[in-house]
Amino acid sequence: MSDPKPSRREWIVRTAKAVGVLAGSAAVARLAYERGGWNVARAGGRREVRDFRRHDHGAASDFAVAHAEDGATTPTQLAQRAVAAIGGMSRFVSRGDRVVIKPNIGWDRTPMQAANTNPEMVAAVVRMALDAGAREVIVTDASCNDPARCFQRSRIWAAAYRAGANVVLPAEHRFRTMRLRGEVLDEWPVYRTLIEADRVINMPVAKHHNLARYTAAMKNWYGVLGGRRNRLHQNIDVSVADLATFMRPTVTIVDAWRVLLRNGPQGGNVDDTRRMNTVIATTDQVAADAYGCTLIDQRPENLPYLRMAQERGIGTMDWHTLRPREVAIDAHGVAETWALVVPTGDDPVEAARAVRRAFAHSQSDTA
Amino acid sequence: MSEPLPQPIPWMGIVGPIRALDEREPIEPLRTMAAAEAVAGPVSATAADAVAIVAPAGAASAGGASHAAAKPKVGKKRAGSGIPARKMIVGLKLARQFAQAFFLGLFLFLLVRTEFRGSFSGSQTIRMPYRVEAFLLADPFVALMTFLSTHHVYLALWWSVGLVALTLLFGRVFCGWICPFGTLHHFFGWLLPNPGGSTTGGRRVEANRTKPYQNIKYYLLVVFLIAAVCGSAIGGLFDPICIAVRGIGLGVLPAISYVTGRGLDHVSSTNVHALQRGADATRDFLVATALQPRQFFFHQTWVISGLLFLVILANRWIPRFWCRALCPLGATLGVIAKHAVFGMEKDHSKCTDCNLCLVHCQGADSPQGGVKWRQDECHMCMNCETACPEDVIKFRFMPGRRSTQGAPDLDKRKTLVSALAGAAVLPMTRTSDTIDSNYFDRLIRPPGAVAERDFLERCIRCAECMKVCPNNALHPAFLEGGIEGLWTPVLIPRIGYCEPSCVLCGQVCPTGAIQKITEDQKLGNPQRHIEPIRIGTAFYDHGRCLPWSMATPCIVCEEFCPTSPKAIYVEEADVRDREGRVVHVQRPHVDPRLCIGCGACEKVCPVQDRPAVYVTSVGESRSRTNVILLETSNYNRS
Repeated sequence: MSDPKPSRREWIVRTAKAVGVLAGSAAVARLAYERGGWNVARAGGRREVRDFRRHDHGAASDFAVAHAEDGATTPTQLAQRAVAAIGGMSRFVSRGDRVVIKPNIGWDRTPMQAANTNPEMVAAVVRMALDAGAREVIVTDASCNDPARCFQRSRIWAAAYRAGANVVLPAEHRFRTMRLRGEVLDEWPVYRTLIEADRVINMPVAKHHNLARYTAAMKNWYGVLGGRRNRLHQNIDVSVADLATFMRPTVTIVDAWRVLLRNGPQGGNVDDTRRMNTVIATTDQVAADAYGCTLIDQRPENLPYLRMAQERGIGTMDWHTLRPREVAIDAHGVAETWALVVPTGDDPVEAARAVRRAFAHSQSDTA
Repeated sequence: MSEPLPQPIPWMGIVGPIRALDEREPIEPLRTMAAAEAVAGPVSATAADAVAIVAPAGAASAGGASHAAAKPKVGKKRAGSGIPARKMIVGLKLARQFAQAFFLGLFLFLLVRTEFRGSFSGSQTIRMPYRVEAFLLADPFVALMTFLSTHHVYLALWWSVGLVALTLLFGRVFCGWICPFGTLHHFFGWLLPNPGGSTTGGRRVEANRTKPYQNIKYYLLVVFLIAAVCGSAIGGLFDPICIAVRGIGLGVLPAISYVTGRGLDHVSSTNVHALQRGADATRDFLVATALQPRQFFFHQTWVISGLLFLVILANRWIPRFWCRALCPLGATLGVIAKHAVFGMEKDHSKCTDCNLCLVHCQGADSPQGGVKWRQDECHMCMNCETACPEDVIKFRFMPGRRSTQGAPDLDKRKTLVSALAGAAVLPMTRTSDTIDSNYFDRLIRPPGAVAERDFLERCIRCAECMKVCPNNALHPAFLEGGIEGLWTPVLIPRIGYCEPSCVLCGQVCPTGAIQKITEDQKLGNPQRHIEPIRIGTAFYDHGRCLPWSMATPCIVCEEFCPTSPKAIYVEEADVRDREGRVVHVQRPHVDPRLCIGCGACEKVCPVQDRPAVYVTSVGESRSRTNVILLETSNYNRS
């Protein structure tokens, strides 16, 4: 006895199923086909840029430096004066903006050790941005040491939170791999919280750096990257220039209230710092560093990343061309603002030093 | 054996009401008849008792019986005589279930909070806000073991006296009501299907009878306590709280973090904006509540997870296998429970052998009639009295002890052999290598750890330090510290360095294997003449170092070196590269007088696979022998 023959209908259905399975596998195989081998896409094309600048060319000044006698003022007031001198925060922040402030919260150091941005100054800028109508102000950084510890012990967390900011600690999932298409930086994990904003305020601390000599505004963008940043030091100048090419902040406010002169960038010894009671506010991060490096007796020519940045058109090392203004606060707290003119042919570095010598001659609490 | 008798047998009708016998497997009809006759007497006696002597209980009993008579079988909730459990006991059982959920929740909460999350305070000294290691502090096995090994009770370990007192009052309520690991077993014993598919069937009843293997835990306790007397806290490997912290903290939580992370990464990579936002919000929520902001990894933790999995899976065959057979804390409490003032009294004459008490018995402590109740095994879960449909089981203060056995029947020879085994642990493991010239050059202990011998007297492998470490630097050693050092903490700088201002591992250590140090003690304070605590010393591998052998600038190590002045100093050099161009580099050196061995340099070295700078344990403050320099050795300290 044999099984009854399948009906025609059953025969057709079974054949159709078999053909369907075959066709489906073939389709999946075709869609998912991979040749294998090394066919890594090469870097190239236009550089990736996140431009948060406001393009208002009619401003009275794009560069201001404010400094004070010891005890004459607070970091809050000094930052306010400096920002006011270049047009006030309302020039940079509009109603409803989502503003990200990027201080340096890189190290597990206390404010006295001057390895991180001054917390009071961060709080001051948070309040300024909120007063200018910002919808939300976020303060964040991708720290080198344990972030929770850096944020807490730098006191930036407490200060910014009380000022009304949303303090965001870095978390792994907030980084997404991007192709920056820089000269040495191509594919890197990028801290999204920092770039998903309407306005970005760069708030570095001016300090010595053992490898790059002086770092503040441009080097602050190391905090944009995740992953293993340690490789960047092999070509630190190009890396810094690449990052500054990628990040174009709305405004840069350099904290030089207390400056780390030696053993940077981490420091750790209060004896290595000096009170300078200075703030630089500018729309040009290259100019900020070109001026700032003179604070620790460096010259802009010695910092290759500045020249690279200038060649790339990111900014200018000639800060004196930005209609600079100077704010000085004397021992009685009286502030005076004037245009800072460097006579043609004079060395701007020497001019800056002369100006500071004239007004801030009381750095007497140093070690 | 016996020839089957034809069915039905007319006179079998008389055993109809005695439902309990139906629970049994069908056995030979002749035996059934005999049993029926045997049980018929007590049943009628019970009825007489109930009606004549104990009026309130009798009324309930009669009510139950009349109820059963009115509605035979259909809608009948309680078997047998159907005497309802005392309201007090039903309430106690509910309270027990609530307590189990509460303490498991508390344990998990403390476990996920065993980490530093930072705060708005801006405070410069960072401590745990509360005792996240509280369960370990209340653990009398840990206290007893470390007391025997160190002759001291370390700080808050005296909390365990409270648990001893509780046990003296109520027996092993810790096991049934509090222990989070026990609750996990209780839950999985209920969840996992019994072989045969039923959770109430005969096999479950059989599995819940007292078995000789339940004595293993007492022998293990002897092994560990004798080993502790000899100077090794190796028993911590078997402590249930340690296992729970280790297994969940180092195994389950990182695994959950991994799975959710990978899954949500895939959702994020869909490039659908709504999905991405949802994934981000989920991640933000998880990071804000239970998980850490980045993936943590633990060295060889698959062994820890695997053993946790196996011991949980064992519930499928033997409910609460761990608690009954292996738990040394349960054994410790069992020894004390003998003296408890609250306990069970049984009226064997009323027992119908229905075995309902055994169906959900947690401790396998013989709650059923005909045998003595094992007070040392009972978890006081109250399931038996709640289930008993007769009037047999009664929990009360100062119960009669006629049908109670308080202590295990330990075989004298087995006990002696266990003691010998415990005594053999130390000579066996410590002659396999020598502690003084170190098992392994990279056995870097956490800062504040005491000298290795004292460390092994104290470390219970609870993994609190590894869980709390903010940088994922501390890991369970596998064989790096010898077999005795299994799962003791070891610092792996390549995964995470020791955060200089952090003293949290000592904060959470319940036994003082890592001492509670201050920031000043850890970092040193020249003004107060405090030397920093060193955990090792860094060394350069010049062949792999970029400035040393590849004419490439680097010195990330110097940048991260946290000491002040920096232990890593650089030598300026102009070197020629292959093309003959002069390259200015800074070549790093280590000053062993300043290096604290934190491993930040090793962590950040860009030579990815084997770093050009690495830390070994030499120079560690805790050792008098593992030293390099004459002047920093411990001999010179007061």
